[in-house]
Parts: sequence; structure tokens; C-alpha cells
Amino acid sequence: MTLAWIPLLTLLGVLIPVPMERFGRRLCTLATATPVVIALILVLSQLPMLLSGGLPHFSLTWIPSLGLDLAFRLDGLSLLFAVLILGIGLLIILYASYYLSAEEASGRFYAYLMLFMTSMIGIVMADNLILLWIFWELTSLSSFLLIGFWSHWTDARKGARMAMTVTGAGGLALLAGLLLLGDMAGSFDMGTVLASGEAIVADDRYPIMLVLVLLGAFTKSAQFPFHFWLPHAMAAPTPVSAYLHSATMVKAGIFLMARLHPAIGDSLLWSWLVTLTGMATFLYGAWFALVKTDLKAILAFSTVSHLGLITALLGIGSPMAIVAALFHILNHAAFKGAMFMNAGIIDHETGTRELDQLGALRHAMPMTALVTMIAAAAMAGVPFLNGFLSKEMFFAETLYTPLLGGLGWLLPMLATLGGILSVAYSLRLVHAVFFKPARRQPPKTPHEPPRLMRAPAMLLVMICIAVGLFPALLATGILELASTAVLESVPELHLAIWHGVNLPLLMSLIAIIAGVATYGLHIHLKRFVRQFAPIDARLVFEGAIQTIASIAHTLTRRLDNGSLQRYMSWLLGGALLLATLGLVQLPRLDGGQATHPVDGILLLGAALMIFGAIGTVVSHRHRLISLLMLSVVGLVVSLTFARFSAPDLALTQLSVEVVTMILLMLALFFLPQKTPRESSAKRNIRDLTLAGSLGMVIASLNYAVLTRDIDSISNFFVENSVPGGGGHNVVNVILVDFRGFDTLGEITVLALAGLAIYKLLNRLRLFMPHSDGEGRVWSPDRYPMILTSVSQTLLPLALLVSAFIFLRGHNQPGGGFIAGLITAVALILIYMARGVEWTQSHLDFPYQPVAIGGVAVATLTGLGSFVFGYPFLTSAFGHFHLPWLGDFELATAMLFDLGVYLAVVGATLMILANLGKVTTPHRPRKDDSRAGTQQPQPSSKEPR
Amino acid sequence: MESLYAITTGVMSACGLFLILRGRTFPVVVGLTLLSYAVNLFLFSMGGLTTDGAVILDGFADYADPLPQALVLTAIVIGFAMTAFVVILAMRARGDLGNDHVDGRQTDDSREEHR
Repeated sequence: MTLAWIPLLTLLGVLIPVPMERFGRRLCTLATATPVVIALILVLSQLPMLLSGGLPHFSLTWIPSLGLDLAFRLDGLSLLFAVLILGIGLLIILYASYYLSAEEASGRFYAYLMLFMTSMIGIVMADNLILLWIFWELTSLSSFLLIGFWSHWTDARKGARMAMTVTGAGGLALLAGLLLLGDMAGSFDMGTVLASGEAIVADDRYPIMLVLVLLGAFTKSAQFPFHFWLPHAMAAPTPVSAYLHSATMVKAGIFLMARLHPAIGDSLLWSWLVTLTGMATFLYGAWFALVKTDLKAILAFSTVSHLGLITALLGIGSPMAIVAALFHILNHAAFKGAMFMNAGIIDHETGTRELDQLGALRHAMPMTALVTMIAAAAMAGVPFLNGFLSKEMFFAETLYTPLLGGLGWLLPMLATLGGILSVAYSLRLVHAVFFKPARRQPPKTPHEPPRLMRAPAMLLVMICIAVGLFPALLATGILELASTAVLESVPELHLAIWHGVNLPLLMSLIAIIAGVATYGLHIHLKRFVRQFAPIDARLVFEGAIQTIASIAHTLTRRLDNGSLQRYMSWLLGGALLLATLGLVQLPRLDGGQATHPVDGILLLGAALMIFGAIGTVVSHRHRLISLLMLSVVGLVVSLTFARFSAPDLALTQLSVEVVTMILLMLALFFLPQKTPRESSAKRNIRDLTLAGSLGMVIASLNYAVLTRDIDSISNFFVENSVPGGGGHNVVNVILVDFRGFDTLGEITVLALAGLAIYKLLNRLRLFMPHSDGEGRVWSPDRYPMILTSVSQTLLPLALLVSAFIFLRGHNQPGGGFIAGLITAVALILIYMARGVEWTQSHLDFPYQPVAIGGVAVATLTGLGSFVFGYPFLTSAFGHFHLPWLGDFELATAMLFDLGVYLAVVGATLMILANLGKVTTPHRPRKDDSRAGTQQPQPSSKEPR
Repeated sequence: MESLYAITTGVMSACGLFLILRGRTFPVVVGLTLLSYAVNLFLFSMGGLTTDGAVILDGFADYADPLPQALVLTAIVIGFAMTAFVVILAMRARGDLGNDHVDGRQTDDSREEHR
């Protein structure tokens, strides 16, 4: 549990600063630092366990189906990084409290910083690949907030966006890579993954996975060619740069490579990709650090360069190289943190970061000058400082690696070249800022900053010196601890300043001497660089973004032009393509199953349906005729169901058919009676082709299925219907029992449709013509006598039938759906015969509660099973005997079916009665004086 | 018989789809209804075509497949709800926009070539 507290404490720290802000900057800083200090103590408290060979570990199951656990570990590598993150974090909190001006929202800044710290701690401690990735994304997000902290400034916004885009894209690649990796290892658990290195490297998908993971690491650690976001992220406040871009965020990629090295690092592909990328970045960054003139840009490119150095070491991958990489991570964090903080102090005290305006500052700020000079010397790799040690180890590794074979001399040469450039840019920075007289005056008169603002950088520089002087004493322990997490056997470390005269020392010497000489020739170098037009990465990036956006815009406009017809044709075309592809793969259409002979009735039925369907299309411009044709099809469909052993379906189809036709007739009253002729011939041919081809594909598919052996799961239902559901009508038992949950969903949809229609009809502005399409006035005889009397006689009869159908539904054709529809039809007949006003005065209740009540009854029946300790919708049934009526059966399924019945009645009547209500009371007549007020649009607007 | 059944569903689907591609709401609603008939027939036939085999258990052995029937039964009812909703939506669209074109444009512009 102690482990979980570490990220939890920093996460709690996110909540502290904002409310504490009003108590003053000093208290706010103190309160923010407190959880960090406690977390740091907790991390260090794990040391004894680690040293005795244990592995502090915490695990909590989170989403087991995704393989995601809330699991943390604290091995040597995590410890090294955690100390770095929390320790430097503390210094940054102190530094920022002086750096931010009084009117800036320090609370918000600290909250972002703590969020970032939490996500970094999460990355280094995660014991699960997916958890690691979640924290990884969180660093992208929180660094976006931090880089863009001065959001009123365009550069900050653009820099933040660029960092977010690049690292976010890398994060997606990383997710894909980690998913592959987890799949290859068989688990997302870090321990399992790290232990199955051999299997992973041998896997076929290894190269793809490796490239994806490395894309994530390279973008995060600003490796060439993804380095360009880092210099632009310098728009961030300097504490952010010092924290994110020296010690933490850019080291996340490095951390990932070190962490996964045991699992994925043992291959030639890894060595090539990582080493060469690292070397390229090392040189590229060093060169640009030499030619830039903005203080922070120089530091940014120098960071890129050093990250390249570490990456190259990880690529070389020998045990000593790994140790050297870890050592350089520590050293770089120390001297670069100090450099950034001092750059911030200089910026803060002089008001500029341009080398042109800075100069001779050693008089005004002697302490800062001293501290910066020591840090820069460490950065350059001057002896007796920490940078020298790790850089020499790097030189040694480039000498001894077998990677490039015959071209093996190339790596040490390039390394030395990079060393020369490092010395040159460090020297240039120090000389230009502190010694050379300034060409122009800085905006402010420089003076030393407050002592506490200087303190963090001084502390870091002291670490640089101490480690540089006593490496064996100070660094060996933590390096050995950290490398146990990466390496199987840790090589014996001999960290010392003096190893005797050897090649790496010679390389260091060459680097320093040639570096000084290069800076001497700097003027010529500058002239050389001026010949090339500078490339602004931001312009290139913004241009690329704009291009992508405009392509997306064009594509969207082409596909999504707001036309339903266009969408439908795309959709149907796609369906046609897919179905055709499926059909083509079929060896032959005919499955070989014996077919049944055709008889006369079947032929007649088919002919009627085809006639009706084609008739609907042909007459579609005359809507009423088209509707009548449609009803022919519907009726024959119902007969088809009856013919092929589906009495329940036939009954349902028949009653739905009636209801649908009434509905469409009513609707037609409000819509134009005719469709204008507006489709071009071209359009008609396209639609005919599309619809015709799809029809053929559907027919072929249907034929293919019908002539094949059917392997159905229905035997289960047939066998269990009586013993399990207590009903002989299997279809009904499936509906109310086996698949009751589906039915519950369906009646809910039905009730929702009814409610939606109720709302849609509300405050509807109507077009109510006083005559039909031909100009004939509606019949004045509103309620025909015969219909009136017949319907009234029919009602009790119909209700009786529906009760009968309902009751027998469990054993004979029938059930809630059909009974509900029959009741609805009977009631609608009354409405039609008598009109809404009469019916409402005699049958006065709203249908919404009926529909909702139906759904509620069905749900409660289902919930009732819980009372008896059964799962949702478990049914029970029993047989009862009543005098006279005989044996009959009661099942909870019947109660459920009652819910279905009520929902169907309620929803159907809600739809039709509400629609009817709109039509009836104010039907306009030619002589009706009220007609005018009911016609917001004159009827002459009707398309004729 | 199987081929006749398949051809019928094919023709009905084709007619429904052609109507769905029209530009005015009412034919689209009619097309949707026609298509849902065809789809229901198609789904229904997935259990094979059985004559005189209604699944009312009475000791007789050769039953039709009850599962597609149960699915189609709810599909019919849901299909009605959908048709109702779409047709009322069409009415509402006409009331609010002043025309019954499926694209719901404010002006009754019948140039179709650009769509």
C-alpha cells in the first residue's frame, strides 16, 4: 500500500495549490511541497527492502477483461527516476515561487505541475503496460497545459499544440506497440513481459512492435527527426523547461527504452535503429546548439543532443553502456536543470534571452555566473565534474561496440565530433553571456536574484562537483541498484576520475582542445551558416497541419453535403460491394438441398407480392395509389407467414398492417398528395441500377441460404419450452421467457417512439388542405352511420378476442403483442367512426401512462426474480385447478406478457390517437371561417 | 419454391430501396415499409421454409424453427414504431421547413444535380 501512496500523494497535491493560493505565495509553495517531500521519504523508505534483494510491489485489479491492473513496482530503475522526479520537482517548486510574477496564477501553475509529476511517477512506477501508457498520455496532456501556461501568448499556444501533436501521435503508436507487446508476451504485467524477452524477439511481429514502441519513445524524447517540438516548447515558463525538458518528460522516452530493454532490446534491429537515431540526434542537436542565439533555444538543442547521447548508449546495449546511460541521465538532469534555472534567472533579471543583448554579466551577477560556468563545464565534459565521467564512458562504449563491424571507427569519430561541438557551444554560451561586452543594452539593469531563487541551481551544481570528485562513493550504489532492473548481471563498476592514459581520455582531450578552437573560429562559422535560409520548424509544422485540415475539410464536404440521397447511395453502394464480395467467395449458389415444388397458391401469392411491390414503385408519384399497392404486399406477406408455419407472425403482421395503413393515410393528409417529377433520367438510372443490383444480391443470398442445410440452435428452445418455460407455443415462450430481456428492450423502444411522436406533434405547424390533390373538397359526411354502429358493436367482441388471444398465447398462437395490437385496432376503429372528440369524452384517459406502465410491469416482473434470489427475468409457473373452468396454468411470464400488452396498446394509441387529434377537431372546410386561422401556409403552396 | 421465395424478396427489396433513394419524404417512408417487409421475409426464411409445422408442441416432430419467428415478430412491431416515427418526423419537417424534401432545406430548390 505504501507504493500506491506515492502517486496518490502527488495526485492529492494537485488539489492543494489552488485553494492555498489566497494565503500567499510562501504558504502555497510550502503546502504544495509537503506531499512531494512525504512521497520522497516514502520512496527512500523502500531502499532497505530493495537493497536486500526484494521488489516492493502493489497490485489492485482494475479492469481484468482488458488486462489492466492498478499495479506499481519500485525497482532500482523506478527508484532512480522517482528520486529524480520528486527531488528536482521540489527544487522547481521552490524556484518557481520566485520566478512567477506576483500577479500570475501560481496556484494553477502548481496544480499543473503536480499533475505532471503524478503522471511521471506513474510512468516510472507502473507495473502494467496499459497503466504505463495511461500515465504516458497524462504527461502529454499535463505538459500541454504547462507549456501553454502563458496562454495569452501565441508562441506558447503554438508550441504547446506542437508538443501535444507530436507526443500525442507518438503515444498512439506506443499504444499499438504496447498492445502488440502484451499480446506477444501473453500478459500486460510488467514482470511477465520483462521475463519473456526471448519469445518476444523471436516473434514474427517483433519488427512492427519495435518500430511502434520506438516511435513513442523517440517522439517523447525528442529524437531526430521528431526533435522539432522541443525548441518550440521553450515558450513555456522556465521552471517548466527546467523540469520537463531537462529531468523528466523528455527522459520518459529514455526511461521506456531502458525499462523495456530486457524484453525488446536484444536484437540487431534494436541496436541499429536506436544507436543510429541517437547518434544522429546527438550531432544534430549539438550543431544547432552552436548556431542558435536564444539562450533557451541553445539549451533546448543541447538537451536534444544529450538525449541523443543517452539513446545511442541504450542502443549499443552492452551492460556498461546501460550503466553509462543511467549515469548520464542523472548527470544531465543535474547540470541541465541548473543551466535552465540560471537561464531563467538571467531572463528574469535582464528581461531578455537573446545573446546579442546579453554580455559581461559577471560583474552584475557574479554568483550566477560562477554557478552557470560550473554547470556549463559539466555539460561540456570537463574533468572533475560529473558530465566528464559519463561522457568518457560513452566514448569508451563507442570504441568497443561491434555494431558497425568494419566501419567501427565511425562511431567514436562521430562521438568525438559531437564532443567537440558540445564544448564549443558550452564555451560560447558562457563567454557570450558573462564575458563578452554586450552589443545592445538589455531591457532591465541586471542584478543578483534573491538568494533562495539561486539555491536550487547551486544545490544541483554542488551535486555535479561532488559526483565529479567522488564518483565511486556517491554514484556507484544507485547505479548498481538501477541497473539490476535492466540487466541480468551488473558489471563491476570502477567509477574513477583517472583510469590512466587511454583512448577515451584522448578523445576527451581532443574534444576540449578542438572545441575551444571551434569557438575561436565561431565568426567564420556564423558566416557559413548565414548562407542557408533558416527553416522554421513551426512554419513547416503549421503548414502541414493546415494542409491536413483542408484535405479533411474537402473530403468532408464531398461526403457530407447534407443530402440524405447522397448518404443513402453511399451506404447502399457500400453494402452492395460487401455483399458481392461475400457472394463471390461462395463456390456455388445452389447448396444442393432438395427444393420443394411450387403450387398454384404459392405462385399466385408471389405474383401478387411482386405486382404490389412494382406497383408501389411505379405509382409512387400518386401517393394514395402507391399506399394501396403497399397494403397488397403487406397482406400477402401476412399470408406467407401463415403458409410457412408461423401463425403468430401472420397475426402480428395482419394487425400491424392495419395500424400502419391508418397511420400512413393520416399522415398523407398533411403531406402533399403527389410527388413532383424532379429526378433526372441519369439519377433514375443510377438508383434503378443500385436498387436492382442489391435486389439481385439479396435474392441470391436468400436462395443460397434456403438451399443449404440449416444448423439451428432452436432445438434447445423446443426441448426446454415445456419443462423450462411452461408453455407449448415456443415462439411466445422465447419472447416472454428465454429472450425476455430482448423483448423488454423492444417494448421500451416502442414506448419511447410513442413518446417521441407525442413530443413531435406538440406545437406542430400544420398544412391542412381543405381539399385533396385534385381539388375535391373533403366529404362533408364526417362519420358514416354504418361504420359508427358496426364499430360500437364490434368493440366488446374485439376486446373479448384480444383477451382470448392474450390468455392462450403461452400455449397457442397469440400473446401480448398480438392481443395488444387487436385491442389498439378496435379502439382506433371507434376513433375513426366517432371522431376524436366523442371518443375522448367517453374514453377519457391518456395513453402515455399505459405505455410506460406496461414497460414498468414487465421490468418489475423481471426484478421480482431478485426477491426469490434468481437472476433477472427468471420465470416461474404452476398449474391450478378452478371449478368449472378446469385446469389452467399461471406463469410469471404471463405477467410479463401483460406488460408487453399494455406497452403495445399504449404506444400504438399514443401514436395514432395523437395524430388523429391533430386532424380531426379543426378539419378545414371551404365554408369554415376558422379554416384560415389554422393554415399558417396557404394551401396554394401545395406542390401539385 | 425456394427460388420463387428468393426472387420475391429480391424484387421487394429492390423496389423498397429504389423508393428510399427518392427525394421526397413520403416515398421514402413507403420504401422503408416495403424494405422492412422484404427484410422480415428474408430473416424469417433463415430457419428454412416449413409447411404445416407451427411450433405449438403437441408431440408432432417436424417443427419449423421458432427462433427466426420470435425475432421477426418483434421486428414487425419495432418496424411499425420506426415507420410511425419517421412519418411523423416527415410531417414535422414539412411543418417547420415548408417543404417535404428529405434534405430538409429551407428553400424548395429542386436542382438535384449537385447532390
